[in-house]
Amino acid sequence: MSFVINTIICLAVIAGAAWAFRRLGQYGTANAPQYRDMPFGVAFGYVLALVVLVWLALAYVASLSSDTAVANKFFFLGVAINGFILFSIAAWLFRMFGCHVGTQRTRKLFRAMPLTASFGVMIILIYAILAIFAPVIAPYGQDEILQGVAANIIPGGDPALGGDPAFPLGTDQIGRDIMSRLIYGAQNTVGIAFATTLLAFFIGGSLGFLAAVVGGWTDQVLSRGVDVLMAIPSLIFALLLMTIASVWSARLGIPLTVFMVLIIAVIDSTRVFRLARAVGQNIVVMDYIEAAKLRGEGMWYLVFREILPNATAPLLAEFGLRFCFVFLTIAALSFLGVGIQPPLADWGTMVRDSAAFINYAQFAPKAALTPLLAAGAIALLTVAVNFVVDWMLHRSSGLKE
Amino acid sequence: MTDTLLEICGLKLEGRFDEKWNPIINGVDLTLKKGEVLGLIGESGAGKSTLGLAAMGFCRDGVRISAGTVKFDGIDLLTASAAVKRGLLGKRIAYVAQSAAASFNPAHRIIDQHVEGPTQHGVMSRAESEADGMALYEKLRLPDPEQIGFRYPHQVSGGQLQRAMTAMAMACRPDLIIFDEPTTALDVTTQIEVLASIRDIVKDFNTAAIYITHDLAGVAQMADRIKVLLKGDEVETADTRTMLSHPTQEYTKSLWAVRSFERPLKSPVVAGAVPVVSVQNIDAAYGKAKVLHDVSFDMYEGRTVAVVGESGSGKSTVARCITGLLPPMTGQISFGGEVMPADYRKRTKDQLRQVQMIYQMADTALNPRMSIGEIIARPVQFYLGLTGKAKRARVDALLEQIELEPFEYYDRLPSELSGGQKQRIGIARALAAEPKFIICDEVTSALDQLVAEGILRLLAKLQDELKLSYMFITHDLATVRAIADEVVVMKDGRVVEAGPKKEMFTPPHHPYTDLLLSSVPEMDPDWLTNLLQERGVDNIGDAAVGKM
Repeated sequence: MSFVINTIICLAVIAGAAWAFRRLGQYGTANAPQYRDMPFGVAFGYVLALVVLVWLALAYVASLSSDTAVANKFFFLGVAINGFILFSIAAWLFRMFGCHVGTQRTRKLFRAMPLTASFGVMIILIYAILAIFAPVIAPYGQDEILQGVAANIIPGGDPALGGDPAFPLGTDQIGRDIMSRLIYGAQNTVGIAFATTLLAFFIGGSLGFLAAVVGGWTDQVLSRGVDVLMAIPSLIFALLLMTIASVWSARLGIPLTVFMVLIIAVIDSTRVFRLARAVGQNIVVMDYIEAAKLRGEGMWYLVFREILPNATAPLLAEFGLRFCFVFLTIAALSFLGVGIQPPLADWGTMVRDSAAFINYAQFAPKAALTPLLAAGAIALLTVAVNFVVDWMLHRSSGLKE
Repeated sequence: MTDTLLEICGLKLEGRFDEKWNPIINGVDLTLKKGEVLGLIGESGAGKSTLGLAAMGFCRDGVRISAGTVKFDGIDLLTASAAVKRGLLGKRIAYVAQSAAASFNPAHRIIDQHVEGPTQHGVMSRAESEADGMALYEKLRLPDPEQIGFRYPHQVSGGQLQRAMTAMAMACRPDLIIFDEPTTALDVTTQIEVLASIRDIVKDFNTAAIYITHDLAGVAQMADRIKVLLKGDEVETADTRTMLSHPTQEYTKSLWAVRSFERPLKSPVVAGAVPVVSVQNIDAAYGKAKVLHDVSFDMYEGRTVAVVGESGSGKSTVARCITGLLPPMTGQISFGGEVMPADYRKRTKDQLRQVQMIYQMADTALNPRMSIGEIIARPVQFYLGLTGKAKRARVDALLEQIELEPFEYYDRLPSELSGGQKQRIGIARALAAEPKFIICDEVTSALDQLVAEGILRLLAKLQDELKLSYMFITHDLATVRAIADEVVVMKDGRVVEAGPKKEMFTPPHHPYTDLLLSSVPEMDPDWLTNLLQERGVDNIGDAAVGKM
């Protein structure tokens, strides 16, 4: 009850402050239009944002406190703020770098790039480098069990906490280097997710455009088929198919991962199909399609030369989102034990293996970091991909302001 | 000067594109007295709509007012607070947009949108406003004024919706209404009705108005004074009669002169000649709705047949039958004496090549992701099998034929061209197939008059050079007069009259042709008044069509 009363009092104080803020602005600037015509909601928003900022600053100071009880309470917030500042600076530096290095075109590209996009590009580049050169970069193998090393999941390698400076992110329960596994995870998880998304787009996109161009019975059959597939909850459907596939994979000697890629691609292609069909139908009614049809062009030319170039913007946006969903589905399947199989390092599996440590978050936040390292790697890539896709959409849609 | 209602002084507007502020209007002055109607004319891009909105103290996103004042009845609209403007807009200043269909909310009944202004401003109660709305509908000669307000916007026709919107603007009895091209999207016979209604109601309530348009003849009927704009500069201002009879500036004279383009008459078709395309007794239907009834006409080499009619008359459907997109139910299309398959999918490549089409909206007719070179090169490669240098040379030659510099335009995208240039690319694409017969579907109706004339002259030149046959679909009789050799008048899917142009423009006419001809506004400011006197209010526009 007291929480409700406190909230009401807080809101009332903010409302009063907002009113005073607007009034002061009007007096201070001799009734300039931006204060005179400011709606109350906007003034309220300004004051609320200020309150939140002040609270964040206070929390950040508290996270640096020498009193461990207080510091632990705000530990993760402190990490988040540190990360935010660090990544912002890195993204800014990266953009500066891009503005001065490279060809005329890439320089121009970087100069017009917002900070969010340069952050996204930077993260994707880092992931790509890690994934491609994983065997060179990673100090140990992904399935290498290091003999005689005590398991220690606390990152930092601080000997006082039982760590070893040779393993900066610690070692897992059976003595494998966590950092090496994270780096290999980029290769396995991201690579497989990328391949799966591409396949999903190839299947969904071509069938969707086909349905849009041909229409009639083809459209009906394809669309109803997709409806049936979409009616089944996707994760449960995937689980079911994976269980069946695990029998087949043993019998046929094909790795289970191949089945996983196919299954997720087919399930996800239903969403792509719907989008491609909707976008395609809008394009098919254009006069230039009619002109191409009357010229006598074939289906292949219509779909890939006339329709596809005009559908790239929405498809690209969907690609970014779909990639993240596929990624999360793989992580979820791995977490549930049917996805990427050990000993291959995979972020989803890594979260599952150390998930129990999250319970230490309150009194030993560093111990709880272990599952969050892999989860954070997933989250960071998801955010980065979406930033880049947003930016590409913005560019291709011609929205300048 | 107490009767000055609106005073705009040295108004400058800037728009943001290419990442900097560029001038749109460079210092325009404008005064409007109470009850006066000012016509604002200019081509697209002249800044007339922007100026109209600025007269209400409003800018679109990405546009800003950089200098000048806008005073409405002594109130400076540019520095007035939002609260003051809220009290004025809708109540004392109203706006009628070009497309009524896009400006009405499709989810609410017309009357519900009508009463919103008066009730919000506290001018009238809901019941009073509803009754007043019906009275206004009656004044604007809308059919069934008691009931029409209870329909949804999609349930009434375009001309009726435009009048309902005028009624809505009138709801608070404003002092000033800004009409932004209110009749541009309408057919001639519908337009004349809207013009007459707007003129009467503005006069009856002594409302001042700014009437924005690019249609000179239309504005001549409406305005007391005319102001001509060119690229954000004022060219000249004068009262309507002076402006029409004695324009002083070269630009204004050129605008007036456009209407004089007319091709010389050609000798009649030689008896026994084989028509290039012959439409024989075709009936066609969309699903169960029959839209064409026993349509036949012939088109001969090197000649232009104009197919005239209002929207819904079936003129575009004839084109769809000829191209094979809509196979007719009965009847046949023959090309050079040979019967063509009805469905385009069954035609040979050569048959497809011979019939080309130019579209009304060049924006949707050109693939926005292909360069000009690719667009024109495709038919060259597809039909003639040219590749590499030969292809490039042919495309260059085509670009020169349509009077565009090949070197400059080859790599551009359609979005980097103006409307007229895009239409030229459409022509080049049709020519690239080296056809005998081209269907031009309202090719000039989306263009400014000067640009449209350029296109017409180009088409005429190409016809003489290449012995092309055109089927020219249009609703604009001025265009027909300019380019046609034969005319086919269509109404409700039937040919009502057909023959050489000379016969069509001299009486006696079929009553429908007569109505069409008489509905084309003329540059004479008394034209509408005379016409109304001659025929009576109930014998113009849709009302007259309905009686046939």
